[in-house]
Amino acid sequence: MSKVSKKVLLKGNEVMVEAALSAGCRFFAGYPITPQNEVPECMSRRMPEVGGVFVQAESEVAAINMIFGASATGTRCMTSSSSPGISLKQEGISYIAAGELPCVIANVQRGGPGLGNIRASQGDYFQAVKGGGHGDYKLIVLAPSTLPELYELTQNAFDYSDYYRNPVMILGDGILGQMAEPVELKEYKPIVTLPEKDWILDGCEGRDPRVIKTLYLYPSDSLAVHNAHLKKKYEQIASELELFEEYKTEDCELVIAAYGMTARIAKAAIRLARDKGMKVGLLRPISLWPLANSAFMRLAETAKKFLVVEMSNGQFIEDVRLATECSVPVEFFGYGGGWYPTPENILERIEKVYTL
Amino acid sequence: MNFCRTESLIDTVTHYCPGCGHGIIHRLVAEVLDELGVREKTIATAPVGCAVLFYNYMKCDIIECAHGRSPAVATAIKRLLPENVVFTYQGDGDLAAIGMAETIHAANRGENITVIFVNNAIYGMTGGQMAPTTLLGQMSTTTEAGRGNNQEGPPIKVCELLSMLDGVTYLERVAVNDAKNVIKTKKAIRKGFLNQIEGRGFSMVEVLSMCPTDWKVSPLKAAEFVNIDMKSVFPLGVYKDEDGQ
Repeated sequence: MSKVSKKVLLKGNEVMVEAALSAGCRFFAGYPITPQNEVPECMSRRMPEVGGVFVQAESEVAAINMIFGASATGTRCMTSSSSPGISLKQEGISYIAAGELPCVIANVQRGGPGLGNIRASQGDYFQAVKGGGHGDYKLIVLAPSTLPELYELTQNAFDYSDYYRNPVMILGDGILGQMAEPVELKEYKPIVTLPEKDWILDGCEGRDPRVIKTLYLYPSDSLAVHNAHLKKKYEQIASELELFEEYKTEDCELVIAAYGMTARIAKAAIRLARDKGMKVGLLRPISLWPLANSAFMRLAETAKKFLVVEMSNGQFIEDVRLATECSVPVEFFGYGGGWYPTPENILERIEKVYTL
Repeated sequence: MNFCRTESLIDTVTHYCPGCGHGIIHRLVAEVLDELGVREKTIATAPVGCAVLFYNYMKCDIIECAHGRSPAVATAIKRLLPENVVFTYQGDGDLAAIGMAETIHAANRGENITVIFVNNAIYGMTGGQMAPTTLLGQMSTTTEAGRGNNQEGPPIKVCELLSMLDGVTYLERVAVNDAKNVIKTKKAIRKGFLNQIEGRGFSMVEVLSMCPTDWKVSPLKAAEFVNIDMKSVFPLGVYKDEDGQ
């Protein structure tokens, strides 16, 4: 890629590949599942061009464990999948979080539960932000709503994961993965000062052997101490990384809370509502964990009501209630099972709840 | 002959039971790493099972993997660090039950790694449940009447199974029940590592080993069980020996 950035028309799945490669990702392991197939396909073509390694794994389980190994060598690495495949990866994600290995995991969500369908969904919110695998751990979860933002956040995801030594999930959906938009392929610049990776495994020549492990059996290497260390790290992340966008919230009486693609659709609905004289704004968390609790509280002090819009039967809404400490009524608009709202759908709901 | 400590083993007491084969096999791997001079460029994987604390005993870089996933982890490490020596150390439950998919596919891709497969026909660490390699009629805590009475199927013969795969370079089954076999085991392990160093591809050495504690027999009887019972079901020998690429 030349130094002069250029705009190209790409699908969301391809955007992630270009962003990852530009950020120095040199290992990808994945497994076919719709609607994320362009990620491994594109990686299989592009990775050899930059001297990296692409492996089509035998399963999602194997793919995430390849990431466990790749990250242990200090290589920037990534895997992607869609909802049922992300479920399979949970074991490995727990180990990666426990071992504090940086990596990027993309979930191009589809409808669930079970095999579900291949339409867009936001049904994996709980799984993404509450843990998903076993044990006390947190993922940094980023939810882009446009392809330029997907490009930028994918690049940033590698920085966050290296900086905090923590896995980062890009939580997209079938629309984001499959839609095409012009994207400026900006050159990668680290957004933080990256720490030296003094923990990697590359052979112990000239140093003591290193161990990457997640087992803490004995009082001398107490698991409680390790968990306390992780907790402290999560608290640090929560205090440093609250990414969100506000749209027309200065005077708003009704705050729509939505993330990812739903938030983008909500913006169109807000414009329609404003044309009709309703003071509606949008609070769009970009990081779902950590969530920008302070922004929610601030808006809860001035707005009369929140309306949560999500492509599920109600998951994100629970965190909105927590973030606003139930100080204002929180209305809901959402369906599960691979549904997405139109701006008109959302406007209709705005009109209903605005006057109540 | 001057018998001394190996550089590749940490001078410590292990947690293994009296009569267990892991200590012998650890020692053989360490001797081979020493002799080939590759300890400082070696990255090993520790399994889930009795050898989960492998990293407490081996003086090289080690990553402890989820149960059965070592071949996938090793795949990534070796692909990214082709100049390093990468080996997995796995038991029968790890390799042939929960990790069978990872085993078969790493083998078939011809990953240039060395797999040390310790087959003691039982789940040791969890207290003696049936393993995929438990013999027909063998008692375990989940087959109290002996394997085969509740449709468990016969033991899985991993060398035979993997020998069907075109991607595999080297498969040998050895045992550590007596001195003669221990020497043969070391030769096989050495070959498994040399294959990797010379870029020949996937090598697996299956080592029949003793578990007196969970077999509920004396160490002597355990060695006899390997010699008579296990060898008749799992014949020793070379199952595949290709030149590789």
